[in-house]
Amino acid sequence: MSEILFEIDGKEVKATDGMTILEVARKAGIHIPTLCYDEKLEPYGACRLCIVEVESRGWTRLAVACVYPAEKNIIVRTRSEKVDRIRKTIIELLLAHAPDAFDLLDLAKEYGADRNRFEKEPSFCIHCGLCVRYCAEVKKKNAVGFVDRGTRREISFVPEIASKECWNCKECFPLCPTEALQAAYVLVEALAFPHTAFEK
Amino acid sequence: MARINSPEELEQFRQSLLSQRDPNKPLISICAGAGCLASGANEVMAAFKAEIEKQGLNAEVDAKGTGCPGFCERGPLLVIYPEEICYLQVKPEDVPEIVSQTIKEKKIVDRLLYVNPSTGEKATRESDIPFYKNQERNLIGVNIKIDPKSIDDYLAIGGYSALSKALFQMSPEEVLGEVKKSNLRGRGGGGFPAGRKWEGSRNAPEPIKYVIVNADEGDPGAFMDRALLEGNPHSILEGLIIGAYAIGAQEGYIYVRQEYPLAVININLAIKQAEEYGFLGKNILGSNFECKVLVHQGAGAFVCGESTALMTALEGRAGEPRPKYIRSNIVGLWGRPSVLNNVETWANVPLIINKGADWFTQYGTESSKGTKIFSLVGKITNTGLVEVPMGIPLKDIIYKIGGGIPGGKKFKAVQTGGPSGGCIPESLLNLEVGFDELTKAGSMMGSGGMIVMDEENCMVDVARYFLNFLTDESCGKCVPCREGIRQMLKILTNITQGKGREGDIELLETLSETAIEAALCALGKSAPNPFLSTLKYFREEYEAHIKEKRCPALSCKELIAYVIDPEKCQACMICQRKCPAQAIDGGKNRIHIVEQEKCTKCGTCFEVCPPRFGAVRKISGEPVPPPISEEARTIVRESKKK
Repeated sequence: MSEILFEIDGKEVKATDGMTILEVARKAGIHIPTLCYDEKLEPYGACRLCIVEVESRGWTRLAVACVYPAEKNIIVRTRSEKVDRIRKTIIELLLAHAPDAFDLLDLAKEYGADRNRFEKEPSFCIHCGLCVRYCAEVKKKNAVGFVDRGTRREISFVPEIASKECWNCKECFPLCPTEALQAAYVLVEALAFPHTAFEK
Repeated sequence: MARINSPEELEQFRQSLLSQRDPNKPLISICAGAGCLASGANEVMAAFKAEIEKQGLNAEVDAKGTGCPGFCERGPLLVIYPEEICYLQVKPEDVPEIVSQTIKEKKIVDRLLYVNPSTGEKATRESDIPFYKNQERNLIGVNIKIDPKSIDDYLAIGGYSALSKALFQMSPEEVLGEVKKSNLRGRGGGGFPAGRKWEGSRNAPEPIKYVIVNADEGDPGAFMDRALLEGNPHSILEGLIIGAYAIGAQEGYIYVRQEYPLAVININLAIKQAEEYGFLGKNILGSNFECKVLVHQGAGAFVCGESTALMTALEGRAGEPRPKYIRSNIVGLWGRPSVLNNVETWANVPLIINKGADWFTQYGTESSKGTKIFSLVGKITNTGLVEVPMGIPLKDIIYKIGGGIPGGKKFKAVQTGGPSGGCIPESLLNLEVGFDELTKAGSMMGSGGMIVMDEENCMVDVARYFLNFLTDESCGKCVPCREGIRQMLKILTNITQGKGREGDIELLETLSETAIEAALCALGKSAPNPFLSTLKYFREEYEAHIKEKRCPALSCKELIAYVIDPEKCQACMICQRKCPAQAIDGGKNRIHIVEQEKCTKCGTCFEVCPPRFGAVRKISGEPVPPPISEEARTIVRESKKK
């Protein structure tokens, strides 16, 4: 396997073929914020928070670190005025849905994001897909999935599978960056299986 | 039909087809495209069948349904060969007369001809009609000559000769070289050079490769791919097989949207016929090259026109784009090199192979070659499909071909490039149409939608409309698109409702930057275009809405009022009777007043007030004048005074 040398924030880093910028950065102890990334899962590239500047042959462009493959001689900058501005907007957009999520509030502090910039529509879920992908890729159960598209998109448990599988698993709960999942699950559980919920 | 096993057999078969066809025998070609069918072409066709039978002319005249020639505004339309007489807006009642006059007596039925609205002159032949005359119809021009359900019709006009030439006279590298030399750029939106895309796939080490037709045309008001796929499916198939040969693929897919039922039928039929004739399958034309083509119907998602989303959908998963730092011509469908081109791009391939790259590059600008089909819609006299050489000025499309704006209204902007395109103002009407030229003007070529707008279109509302479409069609995967354009839509809606605030424009700009820079796919990255281009050219409209709560186009319902001018009102009671909300107070000889609290702003009073009175008007940004006093409301007629 060939070794790929490049630079992140002025620091020389080494990667092997197939690694992404994010993986290389983490290995080198360089922090890039993420919301939809988990090392156990396939990179998804949905939250776009890990956006960085990539300079290649004199050209600078923005790319998301979790899916961008490590390349020889590129120069990566994890912070810049533009990167910070975009991250700030992304955090503000998500705070409209989950205004009290700790992870988001921490990020808001770091990037100076205004919790009230956009009108609140608390749905708690920020569609990072961690639960959906964990259930599909690691547990291979597909008990939770996305329904509908665009702004109507929601996560939903599939009752037939969830009633059999979720009870003793719940491994997706701690992955949820807004803790919406637990709330959703408890709610669905209470509505769909009132008796068992009470017995617990 | 027996298989055709060599180029010689193909030519022999073509000659035998032509020898059976008498070019002087009258032929009635009736457009059977979706537009004409919707306006009654089937009934017209049935009437012809019956009338020909009735008059005992079965042996002397042929009639057939054909592909769409583009003049949808005047459908159902037909062309009678060999004279090329073109009749427009034909009804079944007209058919007996056409048969007895034109077919039997060789006389023209005058009232069915095209009349030039400015000169009053009539045009007999299709090619004399200004709508057609100013086009360059390399692709769409043959549609009216062929029955899309007949492979023999396609063969009769030289069909599959390009495939035969590619397979027997050219190496795959030479085919690729010709396409590269032609500088054919993708007609689906991106404008990426097709040759370079093909070359990437050809050179990719993975041995199994695919060719794919993107027929998921989803732009509102765009229907050029539909017309090609419905009207001349074999041309697309032929282009696809040539492409497969050039890159070394043996499998092709046609991803066609389910909402195009006729296109689905015609392309499936074309594949079946091509298999029977030996243009598809094993050992094509005896060349040892093999290729199969499958049709996949999309489930109605705009985003599936995006290349990676389309491939994900083809694989049987939810149609969501995936990050593409490695191009899909290297890692595409099932992880294999895949050349995805739009319908119109593929349709150009047989022409380039047959006539050569030099023929193709004679049309166009420095960076955009060949012709391009646009669907010309909106506030335009001649709605339809127009095929023009690249480089033609926008104003020629709108005025010479489109016939200008109807109703004496003033042109305001033309929106190109589909929902994520932009609006181009009157000051740029001399702009030459090309990929880079349109992008530089803040819009884009897209797949060729062209929506003309007049003075009554509010540009803020136009931006809101397209953002609404995109919010609905976003897949919802990434934040800048799903959340960003949702917020943009909210702000734009507020502005059109008079709830705009200082700072809204800046916030919209911030959200635009986030979407452009950070969205996952082209849908999100281009979603702010409708806002940005209207802001660039019509900023004063945004400011009027936000600062003065005024809609300059008098279009945004929440910002306008209908009022009756007491000086002009003749108390004719027409508006009072027609008002669906009973919001008009009036009566005989009593000047009418719109009761604002009841008014739903439907505009009926404005439309029905006789033009010679012109008493109803729309106002915006100014207070409604107080109603005139009861005493002053009575009209005393001169004639009644005596």
